[in-house]
Amino acid sequence: MIPSIPQSRLLTTAYAAYVVLFFIFLALPLIVVAGFAFNDSQFPSLPWEGFTWNWFFGAERPMIGVFHERSILRAIGTSVFVAFCVSALSMVVGLSNAFLFNRYKFRGQGLLYVFMLLPLVIPGIVLGISILVASSRLANGLWDGFQWDVEALRPGLWLVILGQFSFITTIATLVIGARLQKFDRTLEEAALNLGAGRLTAIRTITLPYLAPAMIGAFVVAFLMSFENFNTTLMLVGSDAPLTIAMFDRLKEGSTPLLNAVSLLLMLGSSLLALIMIAFQKRS
Amino acid sequence: MHREAKLGLILLLTPLLLWLVLLIFIPHIDLFLVSMRERVGVGQYDLSFANYLTFFQEPLYLVTFLRTAVMSIFATILTLLIGFPVAYYIAKMAKGRTQSALFLLCLVPFWVSELVRTFGWMILLRETGIISNLLQSVGLANGPVEMLYNDAAIMVGLVYTSMLFMVVPLVTTLESLPDEVVEAGYDLGGNGLSVLREIIIPHAMPGIVSGSIVVFMLCLGNYLTPTMLGGKESLWFTELIYSQFIVRFNWELGAAFGFLLLILSSVIVWGMLRLTGQSLEKTMG
Repeated sequence: MIPSIPQSRLLTTAYAAYVVLFFIFLALPLIVVAGFAFNDSQFPSLPWEGFTWNWFFGAERPMIGVFHERSILRAIGTSVFVAFCVSALSMVVGLSNAFLFNRYKFRGQGLLYVFMLLPLVIPGIVLGISILVASSRLANGLWDGFQWDVEALRPGLWLVILGQFSFITTIATLVIGARLQKFDRTLEEAALNLGAGRLTAIRTITLPYLAPAMIGAFVVAFLMSFENFNTTLMLVGSDAPLTIAMFDRLKEGSTPLLNAVSLLLMLGSSLLALIMIAFQKRS
Repeated sequence: MHREAKLGLILLLTPLLLWLVLLIFIPHIDLFLVSMRERVGVGQYDLSFANYLTFFQEPLYLVTFLRTAVMSIFATILTLLIGFPVAYYIAKMAKGRTQSALFLLCLVPFWVSELVRTFGWMILLRETGIISNLLQSVGLANGPVEMLYNDAAIMVGLVYTSMLFMVVPLVTTLESLPDEVVEAGYDLGGNGLSVLREIIIPHAMPGIVSGSIVVFMLCLGNYLTPTMLGGKESLWFTELIYSQFIVRFNWELGAAFGFLLLILSSVIVWGMLRLTGQSLEKTMG
């Protein structure tokens, strides 16, 4: 069925209706989460008790808003810190990987490329426990052997960063690699002919060309890190990132405070996504 | 020049190898070693299959494992069946701005965290939730209806969370199918069904495979959705891993569970690739 082939009215209408239903299905959970952030009640459920901003700005019990809830604000700060480290690291390693697979031919390259893809097909929770086991064994070994207590190897933010980095790097590599593949090598050769050194040519020609993909990789990595749950859950210490902090609260029973945080998250990630799209369009 | 190239190669290989060896290979070898030991005293361990034996002898573990696998496969098929018509609509029926708008709309739920999406379904499905209230006001139900905490709720959550990873690869492959080929199918006397079977589905195969692999992986490794939407009886295998590691502190058994989950997902992904003649580089890269 394509538009150029005539079909019965009934069939095309039913098809369009199905697509509309699908998008309602997609939007529904997000709409209710956003809507109940403004419910003047202790529970994010019906009946509707009237409109309020208290879940954002409220300063007194029982309605303490997001902007006055210290533990949530701290969790957001932790998440931003983790996401920033993960994105920066994976962008740099992704760039290096993209150059390696694009510019060099060496024995075992195909195999190495498959290895590079593997983190995508390992369940996140298994990545988490394997890194937990390895780092604890290393930490215990260092303690038994040298009496060194390495705090960074115990569950905590550094392990969370490593755990997320271990699979987000694959995605950064793929994003940057896809753009590098489309690069016209003759541009770089022209720079070399004009007397530039190899590194100068890469710095002044190739890297500016790759910039949109690098920003894209950074933003995607940031979002993935921010919303990661499985790997983080296994590696987290006492400072919980936002998703873990929200999960702990949700288990105890939810208040519209969580809706308010969720709405802010939606706005934040849409904003990031729009910035990324604008960047991609401009280049 | 030659030496410079070699230096460059070594410099670029270093981060890749450090990443893969330190964060992927050594941890998984460690995980395997831990799963193969049995605690015989304080700080004393023996090499043994005890943890794997426990897994096969305890019905709860085995049943949960199989249930997780079957439900993940079911969720993958459901996601494909629901997502395919939508992907086809976006790729072939919609044109111009509508097309890019619809595609963008598909991506939106991915930009918010899985926790928020699951929370949304909890608000919709629970006893005091929207759907229950709606049914009561229409007169289809007499009292509050609890739709949360069962397998169907898990299914809804899994399909919802994975939809994007099915629709995007499908749209990409279907877009590359020229309209003329479909028209030729009709000209040669095919009808809607035979064109779908003989032309559209074979062409979309790479998209179907890569979408299914990713969705299956996400369902199998999911922790949040089964925990929040499922009931006491609908245990997910990842919940067992979590409880062995964090609650019971039995890392040996937890490591064995983790390794079994890894083997299960690898076998199914490998089988799917073999069955359809695709390779990992093509479907992921």
